[in-house]
Amino acid sequence: MKILPLMMIVLGVAVSGSSLAQEEVNSGGLATIRGAATIDETRKAEALKRVHKDKNPVARNYVHQPPVVPHQTRGYRVDKNSNKCLTCHGWKYAAETGATKVSLTHFETRDGKVLSDVSPRRYFCSQCHVTQADARPLVENTFKPVESLKNDE
Amino acid sequence: MTQESKMKRIWHYLKSPSSAGLWLILALGFAGGVIFWGGFNTALEVTNTEEFCISCHEMEANVYEEYKETIHYSNRSGVRATCPDCHVPKKWTHKIVRKIAASKEVWGKLTGLIDTREKFVDHRRSMAEREWKRMKDNDSLECRNCHNFEYMDFSEQGNRSVKMHSDALASGEKTCIDCHKGIAHELPDMKGVDNW
Repeated sequence: MKILPLMMIVLGVAVSGSSLAQEEVNSGGLATIRGAATIDETRKAEALKRVHKDKNPVARNYVHQPPVVPHQTRGYRVDKNSNKCLTCHGWKYAAETGATKVSLTHFETRDGKVLSDVSPRRYFCSQCHVTQADARPLVENTFKPVESLKNDE
Repeated sequence: MTQESKMKRIWHYLKSPSSAGLWLILALGFAGGVIFWGGFNTALEVTNTEEFCISCHEMEANVYEEYKETIHYSNRSGVRATCPDCHVPKKWTHKIVRKIAASKEVWGKLTGLIDTREKFVDHRRSMAEREWKRMKDNDSLECRNCHNFEYMDFSEQGNRSVKMHSDALASGEKTCIDCHKGIAHELPDMKGVDNW
């Protein structure tokens, strides 16, 4: 490999050159929504947010938003053996537990075939439905709830 | 008093069955009883610790690892429920019955019934069912050793908990394990299990 010595030379020249203009080195001190941090320092992680223990269903913020989860879900296992969410939200138990029923759209396979229970592609609840913490949005947005679709006549 | 007569007296004393022999037997019996009983209970206590449970890799590599992620291991206040708190009854008679039943587990260990992860997972449903049945039959006694229904403050519970606890649990229609399965370990395939 002849390229290695060449790179060493280039690097050496670059280093000696940069030492002259050390003030202008960019250490990445860019301000983001997480605050500013340079490469040579490790920022302290933000404190974890507390998850809502148990609240009433939260209205959707925009059309087609997957409804958010207004309760704790620690230890709720969703895998091939069991699905903790469906033990309340499944159609078999929703009436008894008072939980929101899984939407019928979740019974449909990707080919449009309607199954008798939740389709494999809609089985992993937490892919779309997110447990809510007591936190404000990080960025502003312009999403509007379903009322915005109404015709103003 | 000469040495000889002293020995004679002791020998005579020991020969008479009504006094020395009886006392000696009693004393030996008492001491033996204390040692045996103490030893038995000490051994029983040793087998009733988490260290003992996870001294076998079958427990340490499977159920213990899974349990470490759950609320009974790691939580806000640092109160823990260790293996025997849930799996061994506290009352003596029940404990002995459970310990005798557990001799089957020793046989399982010797024959290597669950000595790999694959074997363990394959066997999990039957082991879980046995434990669910045991808790169903004793009305979740080991849960209730700490979680006493009498002292549950519903105003401190979430809406969902209040609904379930004041309804199905209060009426005695259901017991803890009916709903709280898999709270400390991973679950087997739950096909056909009630409420799943």
